[in-house]
Amino acid sequence: MALLEVKDLHVSFRTDDGIVKAVRGVSFGVEPGQTLGIVGESGSGKSVSTQTVMGLTRGAEVEGQALFNGRDLLKMTKAELAEIRGAQIGMIFQDPLSSLHPFYKVGWQIIEMLRLHDKEITKSAARKRAIELLSLVGIPQPDRRVDDYPHQFSGGMRQRAMIAMAMANNPALLIADEPTTALDVTVQAQVLQMINRLQQEFGTAVILITHDLGVIADVADDVVVMYGGMVMEQADRMTTFKSFHHPYTEGLLQSLPAYGGERARLRAIPGTPPSPINVPPGCPFAARCPYVMDRCRTELPPLEIAGEAANHLSRCWLPHNAAARQAVRVKLDQSLPVSAEA
Amino acid sequence: MSTETTRNLVPGGGDVLLRVENLVKHFPVKSGKLIPTEREYVHAVEDVTLEVRAGETLGLVGETGCGKSTLARCAARLYPVTSGKVIFNGQDITKLSARRMRPLRREIQMIFQDPYGSLNPRRRVGSIIGDPFAIHRTAKGEDRKRKVQHLMELVGLNPEHYNRFPAEFSGGQRQRIGVARALAFQPKLIICDEPVSALDVSIQAQILNLLSDLQRDLGLTYIFIAHDLSVVRHVSNRVAVMYLGKIVEESPVDGMWAHPRHPYTDALLSAVPLPDPEHAAQRERIILAGDVPSPIHPPSGCRFHPRCPKARPTCVSTEPELISRLGDDADHRAACHFPVEDGEDISLSTPSIAEDERVVESGLIAGA
Repeated sequence: MALLEVKDLHVSFRTDDGIVKAVRGVSFGVEPGQTLGIVGESGSGKSVSTQTVMGLTRGAEVEGQALFNGRDLLKMTKAELAEIRGAQIGMIFQDPLSSLHPFYKVGWQIIEMLRLHDKEITKSAARKRAIELLSLVGIPQPDRRVDDYPHQFSGGMRQRAMIAMAMANNPALLIADEPTTALDVTVQAQVLQMINRLQQEFGTAVILITHDLGVIADVADDVVVMYGGMVMEQADRMTTFKSFHHPYTEGLLQSLPAYGGERARLRAIPGTPPSPINVPPGCPFAARCPYVMDRCRTELPPLEIAGEAANHLSRCWLPHNAAARQAVRVKLDQSLPVSAEA
Repeated sequence: MSTETTRNLVPGGGDVLLRVENLVKHFPVKSGKLIPTEREYVHAVEDVTLEVRAGETLGLVGETGCGKSTLARCAARLYPVTSGKVIFNGQDITKLSARRMRPLRREIQMIFQDPYGSLNPRRRVGSIIGDPFAIHRTAKGEDRKRKVQHLMELVGLNPEHYNRFPAEFSGGQRQRIGVARALAFQPKLIICDEPVSALDVSIQAQILNLLSDLQRDLGLTYIFIAHDLSVVRHVSNRVAVMYLGKIVEESPVDGMWAHPRHPYTDALLSAVPLPDPEHAAQRERIILAGDVPSPIHPPSGCRFHPRCPKARPTCVSTEPELISRLGDDADHRAACHFPVEDGEDISLSTPSIAEDERVVESGLIAGA
């Protein structure tokens, strides 16, 4: 059984400009010990989905289900949710500086986390555990650094302290929202390696939200590609990168500069993402899709099995059979005028 | 090693457009003491010599705080330099007065990272792009509007959006506004400081293509600063890697990627996550311990020695020169006493220097 199962989640916000439909019917699940990567651009709804699940979207109108160990997180009271948050589900955010309180020592903040969820633990035992955790995430001289304030830590160390805090109560699930985006590549490599080791050691499930396809290729078991508040494609990692079905996935991968080989002109996706306020009918990607057909602009394609594997889902009207799909693409490619970018 | 392809050579000869010589930039640090006994300095850029040839793109890479932006800003004379020389187009501009600098300002332009912070939200786009014409008093009224609309068209913006505010544009379009403004006087050199870091990948590709089209059509020279190494590889002819205010390696891009000589370059290149799961699984990662040391008291000798897996006593005592190593071409230079051989895996090395000179980490990382 899946550890977390999100079913048909809808999230919208009322604003002065109208109703922002941030998430429009998203479903995904994660198994114990697995890593689910959620990838998408700004405004695709990837962060809002997980924040809603954790009860962190204030003032949002939410529909759907989020079953954690069979219990619906969206139906829980604040107190029930607070018990789970931090104890069974840990969270790491992008910016470690604003997630740590500047007035309190790093160690104190970890100790607070431990004592909040374990009423039995003594102060000295909690302190010992905090030092252990800092050591676990590779902070040098943890017995001394435990009494440092966040500003005395570097960016990478703060992010590691955040991970120590998120892992303090051995959560079954870790939600990491752009955990390495603010970090340099060498530090990013340290942090990703550490999440991976902690996962192997404690069997933690991880939901990793990022815009970086390189990070996804590195660590995710399964991948959800989001666009315009919807899941566009969902598959295991190899399928996502090697035999994707959706033109948006294709566009994302092609717009990246190649790391080896010729430096050809980049194949950018023209245009910009759709507005979440006046949501166009049909496929949200239709306006930017190189293979767009008349039907795409009026009818929203369902998210359905798109390949040989039952876990490969795609939301696109293109034929599911690879050869037939290729035929459509070639035909469209030839009939398409060379369109200007943007 | 002299098999580097010629496609890195700059078309059209490539005279030196910009040269910085032994450039040093220190920033004073405020001391917490009431009566400061000794003034402390951040050694942001330390004795850097670098050339940029006309028509090329020089990539400048390194981690946060390595001095890459400071170096570029010194080169554009946006910061006064502590010592050393900046020579632009054959002229020493290090000590030029603000007035004498003004005509040269047209020729050196900058594009910044944050398309939200670098545009005044209360001014119309036409007036933002028209600023250079107003400041240099070269065009007024209808003439200015015409020129601005021409620039907008050049960067792929709709000229009819002349009267809109920045808030009405998306991130990618705002970055185009920044590019248009930089192009106003047909500059020779554009310093792009993380121009695509704040953009989504699909938009990032649009801006990178725009920059390369403009370079081809207008014969521009770029200094391209970025922390995304795939982007740097894509746009650059040559790359300089900085670490703690020093250039540790400099080379044409293919040579650098094929044979990184400095252990830091090697680690940096191996740390980039690749969007290809097959490749990612095969690749050896070199994971550096610890963080970049403080630039107020940089380490002795080679500044990388506390984190370097190959560090030896010489590295602590003697600073390595930036020269061609292991028979590389003359334009591939590395500042390392013990450069990385082809096929060498530096993660297997252990430093042979005293423990207190190394960065030691506890727990998982050290056990790696």
